[in-house]
Amino acid sequence: MLNKYPLWKYLLVLAVLSFGLVYAAPNLYEPDPALQITGDSSAQLIDEEILGRALGALDEAGIAYFGETVSENQRTGLIRLRDGDKQLQAQARVSRALGDGFIVALNLAPTTPQWLEDIGAQPMRLGLDLRGGVHFKLEVDTEAAIERRMEFYVNATKKELREARVRGLVTLDDKGRLEGRFRSEELREQARQVIADNHPELVLDRVEEGDNWYIYGAMSEATRKELNEYAVSQNLTTLRNRVNELGVSEPLVQRQGQNRIVVELAGIQDTAEAKRILGKVANLEFRLVAKVDAPSSEKQRFEYRSADRAGASEWLERDVIITGERVSGAQASFDQNGRPNVLIHLDSEGGTMMSRATRNNVKRRMGVLFIERKYNTRYEEQADGSEVAVKMPYDEKKLLTAPTIQSALGAQFQITGLDSPVEASELALMLRAGALAAPINFVEERTVGPSLGAENIRLGVKSVQIGLAMVVVFMLVYYRVFGVAAVMALAANLVLLVAAMSLIGATLTLPGIAGIVLTVGMAVDANVLIFSRIREEVRNGMSPQMAIHAGYERAVSTILDANITTLIVAVILYAIGSGPVKGFAVTLSLGIVISMFTAIMGSRSIINLIYGGRRVQKLSIGGRQS
Amino acid sequence: MKVINFMGQRTLATIFSAVLLLASIGSLAINQLNWGLDFTGGTLVEVHYDDSADLTAIRGVLDTQGFAGAVVVSFGTDQDVLIRLPQGYSDKDGGRLLETLQKDYAGEVELRRIEFVGPQVGDELREQGGIAMLVALGLVMLYIAFRFQFKFAVGAVAALVHDVLITLGFFSITGAEFDLTVLAAVLAVIGYSLNDTIVVADRIRENFRKIRRSDPVEIINISLTETLDRTLVTSLTTILVLIALAYFGGEMIHGFAVALLVGIGIGTYSSIYVAANLLLMLKVSKDDLIIPVKEGADQESLTP
Repeated sequence: MLNKYPLWKYLLVLAVLSFGLVYAAPNLYEPDPALQITGDSSAQLIDEEILGRALGALDEAGIAYFGETVSENQRTGLIRLRDGDKQLQAQARVSRALGDGFIVALNLAPTTPQWLEDIGAQPMRLGLDLRGGVHFKLEVDTEAAIERRMEFYVNATKKELREARVRGLVTLDDKGRLEGRFRSEELREQARQVIADNHPELVLDRVEEGDNWYIYGAMSEATRKELNEYAVSQNLTTLRNRVNELGVSEPLVQRQGQNRIVVELAGIQDTAEAKRILGKVANLEFRLVAKVDAPSSEKQRFEYRSADRAGASEWLERDVIITGERVSGAQASFDQNGRPNVLIHLDSEGGTMMSRATRNNVKRRMGVLFIERKYNTRYEEQADGSEVAVKMPYDEKKLLTAPTIQSALGAQFQITGLDSPVEASELALMLRAGALAAPINFVEERTVGPSLGAENIRLGVKSVQIGLAMVVVFMLVYYRVFGVAAVMALAANLVLLVAAMSLIGATLTLPGIAGIVLTVGMAVDANVLIFSRIREEVRNGMSPQMAIHAGYERAVSTILDANITTLIVAVILYAIGSGPVKGFAVTLSLGIVISMFTAIMGSRSIINLIYGGRRVQKLSIGGRQS
Repeated sequence: MKVINFMGQRTLATIFSAVLLLASIGSLAINQLNWGLDFTGGTLVEVHYDDSADLTAIRGVLDTQGFAGAVVVSFGTDQDVLIRLPQGYSDKDGGRLLETLQKDYAGEVELRRIEFVGPQVGDELREQGGIAMLVALGLVMLYIAFRFQFKFAVGAVAALVHDVLITLGFFSITGAEFDLTVLAAVLAVIGYSLNDTIVVADRIRENFRKIRRSDPVEIINISLTETLDRTLVTSLTTILVLIALAYFGGEMIHGFAVALLVGIGIGTYSSIYVAANLLLMLKVSKDDLIIPVKEGADQESLTP
């Protein structure tokens, strides 16, 4: 029988559609404005008492709240607010009541019902252009990291040649290569041997010029890549730690391409502060442990950072040997005896300073301080009676370790005597976190205020609605009953598109909304193709049932060709585009794929239900049919 | 159904296309494009005043406060102001500019957005955009050559180049800003215009195989007439939503919608005239479209 689907096809369409409805549903629930409370160190747990203090502050200010919860690991507390306008006020009150040591961030808490959450349904994430926030693109200056490493090679080689009694002049040339100048070929050959033994990763090159015998050393391509990777991933880790200091609810720190890092912070307005925290460089200090008889004007007392040694402290000299800027790397490793240690690399300047400071202080101890920026909050009353929070930054300096200096130290030294490999890797991590492996520059910054974000949503939704309405009216007028099928297919397309985007966790951006709008326009194309084919077949004298059948059959290959080529373009857009363009490409390609299902199978099953399996004199498809 | 003699006007269409193309290429060569911030690098600040803003006063303040070269324009309404700083300002100057404006104004100046783009990012983007377009064209040409025939691929790609150049030309001649979203729109035009061209090509192929003893001009006319209804309806629905987007979507999406409107308008025309016209020029014939022997036959012995 023509134009009757087997039962399973109807069931399939129905199943896909209800699946779509369920997974699109979370987007219907508007999120609650909320406050999110976390401790500023991972040791600080949020308990009932702390939550109680926060709620007390809200009660006092007359701000209505509900549904307060503490997460299972006791790391975060969440308080939902009745009134979004009072969110900022509530944040100020709560952070004042809790005092320093807590981060109170603005958040939008999803209100997805439990049963939906249980099956993994979640609302779409909104992009920064829709909810306001800052987007930074940072570039890791890997060239600087490479230069630093080359400086290290030059200094190490100088020392090694001196020890091997090979006379020659070693410098860093203007092309960033190691350059050695020697008086004879034998000297150069000896030097080559020394360098090749100590630094096999250098590619050596020999040149003769007049009386001088030159040797050039450059990093091999593999070593450069490795260093590049190291610098970028090191910066990623450091930036993640620093972003946590900012107290943003869902920060995004992501690598992009070779040496770029994208940081997205929703809801942040104070970009200057954010940039200061992200971009700060030095936060390690190496200082000698003070002699017992040192006058108190020359020494300072610092506590240990680790919890096992809580309360213990050391007196350190006030003079700083080097800061974290000079540290180019730190790795946990094992010494000859198989005991855990940490290897530290300094840049050339750092190496010089370190050797100068340690030469005459062998057997004394050296302390390593870890510096974190923290805040004291003061509240100042304004002339009009309102209060303004004033944040006073201060540096909290805590001692990581204080090992004994065994010999004069250079650009590369190790800390030994650690209890366990775990301790070693933790120490190395802290040392690395204190120093950025390579300098970073801000190459792009976009800030969207919250009002513009809200307006973008409003305008986006409005243009989708208006565009959709116009298409619906047109299709109904032009194609009558078939128009109804097309409109239903279009509605299914939108529902499935939203469901798919929610499921894959795609971020909805303004260009993404534009992609949806464009999908609306193009999704009807498949139906238009089919319907105009049906009209044509009817005009050519086919019976209505045959015409429907032939129309669908013949249009499919055209639809496939047309959509696959558009899909090619969408995939290219996704591959090369960044941020907003990617968002557009995702919605467009999802829309195209889904439209092939809804416009062909979806609309067919409706048409089949209406016309299938009975005698039909005339199709309600508009146009002349005679 | 009456066959419309589309190809009768092909000389006129060729002249029309040539004029548009020459004007576009000429303008692109002389005026180039009004590259947006995404491509040139620089700083852009959009602020909202709680009362109508005095642009002259703002310009004065910025001039004296060390923001030389700042371009101040109103954006949408008279309360919204867009300030552009040329390249050379650092990433910190956007925030400083906002403070300067607030200091000089009694009411509230609300930050809408700040965008800072470093020069290296812009250059890369331009390069990537160009590469993306070329890759898209190349892959599409391959796909069509594989699915249809080489002459169709040439026709389709020529139509695409035609549409893209004229859309770019429109942006060059009007001086409208060309930013990242417009680039996305131009790439979408490639997809869309292709869609149109393929539907027509599909029908031309079908008719070449079906209709006997007819000359190519006649067959193409028949095919175009048969697909005209669909071409117009699809363009119309897309144009309807684009108009909604252009009018109600807000300033940030305006350029995108306009680029697509122009591109789709031109794309509709080109799928009728440019691709088909080129097929005739390349002397397409029935022999180009012999139906390949069915699956399972010895493919090796087939030579096109």
